[in-house]
Amino acid sequence: MKDTRTVGEILSSQGISRRGFLKFCAATASMMAMPPSMVPAVAQALSNARRPSVIWLSFQECTGCTESLTRSHSPTLEGLLFDSISLDYHHTLQVAAGSAAEEAREHAMQENDGSYLVVVDGSIPLGNPGYSTIAGISNVDMLKETAAGAAAIVAVGTCAAFGGIPHANPNPTGAVAVSDIIKDKPIINVSGCPPIPIVITGVLAHYLTFGKVPELDDLGRPTAFFGQTIHDRCYRRPFYDKGLFAETFDDEGAQQGWCLYKLGCKGPVTYNACAVSKWNSGTSFPIQSGHGCFGCSEPDFWDSGGFYRPLSATTADVGTLAGVAALAGAAAGAAIGRMNRSHRARAQARHEKLTIDDIEES
Amino acid sequence: MSTPDGLHDIAIETHSDAGAYPATGNDLPILHEIRHALQRLAQSGEKTVIDLQAIPMAPGEEERILQLLGRGEVSATIDALGPSEVRETAFAGVWTVYHRNTNNEVVGKFIEITHCPDLLHSQPEDIATGMAQIRETLAELESKQSGDQA
Amino acid sequence: MTETEFLNWVRGPGMQIALAVFIVGMVYRVLENYLIGRKQSLAEPRGSEWTHGVGTMWRRSFTRAKLTTRGYVTLVAGYIFHIAFLVTLFFLAQHVEMFRSLLGFGWPALPPLLITITAVLGIAALLALLAHRLTDPVKRMLSDYQDYLTWFLTFFPLITGFLLINRVGIPYKTLLATHILSFELLLIAIPFTKLSHIITTFISRWYNGAIAGVKGVQS
Repeated sequence: MKDTRTVGEILSSQGISRRGFLKFCAATASMMAMPPSMVPAVAQALSNARRPSVIWLSFQECTGCTESLTRSHSPTLEGLLFDSISLDYHHTLQVAAGSAAEEAREHAMQENDGSYLVVVDGSIPLGNPGYSTIAGISNVDMLKETAAGAAAIVAVGTCAAFGGIPHANPNPTGAVAVSDIIKDKPIINVSGCPPIPIVITGVLAHYLTFGKVPELDDLGRPTAFFGQTIHDRCYRRPFYDKGLFAETFDDEGAQQGWCLYKLGCKGPVTYNACAVSKWNSGTSFPIQSGHGCFGCSEPDFWDSGGFYRPLSATTADVGTLAGVAALAGAAAGAAIGRMNRSHRARAQARHEKLTIDDIEES
Repeated sequence: MSTPDGLHDIAIETHSDAGAYPATGNDLPILHEIRHALQRLAQSGEKTVIDLQAIPMAPGEEERILQLLGRGEVSATIDALGPSEVRETAFAGVWTVYHRNTNNEVVGKFIEITHCPDLLHSQPEDIATGMAQIRETLAELESKQSGDQA
Repeated sequence: MTETEFLNWVRGPGMQIALAVFIVGMVYRVLENYLIGRKQSLAEPRGSEWTHGVGTMWRRSFTRAKLTTRGYVTLVAGYIFHIAFLVTLFFLAQHVEMFRSLLGFGWPALPPLLITITAVLGIAALLALLAHRLTDPVKRMLSDYQDYLTWFLTFFPLITGFLLINRVGIPYKTLLATHILSFELLLIAIPFTKLSHIITTFISRWYNGAIAGVKGVQS
């Protein structure tokens, strides 16, 4: 049933005090990576916002993104947020199954035509639509059909945003990203494998609060969370600047917490919020626990030459190539050398000495 | 049966976090920011809020900053959607506000430079609700009393 | 091509192509020179070919007072550039990792601060040399497009590398890919231009020294 109450009305009907609401707004603003001075504006916008209908489509995915979201560290706030949105279809989480579930989706689409939000996790196989279907509907058909009446699409996870692991070489299913199929709707890419839970909720909160798509980078990711590299915000950065690198995972440098560049850290080329938001209730993030960044929020992260190879290193095997090249060079050199020699020999053979008679004759 | 005594023979070296990571240097800039904010508060009454979650911290750095700020005279707990701890630091006008959810997990960490954090004040909306409630309670009590008298 | 594809290409196939061209080209150049051959000398040698050859390779790395008559710019900037460029190329930790991936072994690196200084010196020296080339009438007349091309190909890796360490607003990924590409362009150009002096200098020095050695004169 369509709920026309505002978020403020919904929360106060649940007996939540103004203090509780302000606390919710402070945490939400922090989650959206907004300065604390924005809290009153967030509170104002949030109390008047109407809960949007959300349709969540899961395609070629591992459910890691949904796990990330539902295991996120502030269940009460997320719970509140989910009370504030109307999650009308999520085939992993919803109770309804089969045709009843699909009916829920169609119903939500009809009732909120033009205003609902579509969240997609997973890539879409184009090689053979039969690789992934829901209720007999291929992923690509369901995406096109559902996106048609959407206000915006949130591509959650690297699979939906950039094709991700299914898209990795040799891409057996012909997997593509949402943005490869849908061209006429605003798409917010929330990449990561999985994305940081607070980034997923932060983006949803932003849409809920302000009713519009946040500022995006050239890969369609919200700049509030993907505006800086892991390297830019890494607490180990001073070691990089000083040239102090761990050489192995258990040497003195690793124990001293030195930079992991030589162990293949992709922090310098990876845009994400891990170094700030961190994971597991803000406990830590990969680099803090001693492992370099994989670059999971970047396109083609799986095919970028190995997780443990330094960024400056060559990814191709060059041993055989160098041998073959040297041989080829030698063969060409020897051939031209022989040609030069025979050329010279011929020139010498043809050479006639000039005598005094020749000069006098002329 | 073998005893686990053999394990004691293995030399184990423990490395503590403290000291192992030279601080990334967040503490000094934050203290400076607080000093400037205090100056603004004293001169014009302008409040400042610093979101600690927006700053990338090295392990142990947040603790170090809190230690530098110390403990002041006031501390309070707000019970709204989980506990929130509000404390004045050793520097008057500098407060720490930690929001927790009902599972006691931290959902917001702020340093507020203000005379008193806004959240401690009773909110006008809640006061309105309170007024309605007290009227209701009074009406109930009075009707009960008049009933008793009758 | 996206930024990521660009970076992946220069780290993989791009480097393969550049190395193949460099190795084929340099082996070819060296062998072609070698096979020109010399007439057998029938005179009795008055000294050793080898000691003089190797000695000259080393000695000609240093200058002499006589050579300063044409001014100091080329000399001083030339020395600074060569030393700074080599130190930057071989002793930045990131570069050592690249060589390790190519050669299978590495060596200790120098602190980044020092490399920043050598990079700046290299850039400054190259700029001075370009300015001198453009303002000095004789040098200007003697210069052809190859002098400007090789100047650019040497300058490009230095400047992109400097920006990469010092972060000037350009995204790291694009800058890193451009920097690697600039190195690959340099590798490709070496066999076809006077940049091949990185190897042929030593061959000709050896040749001059060796001839003098056989004749028993100073080289």
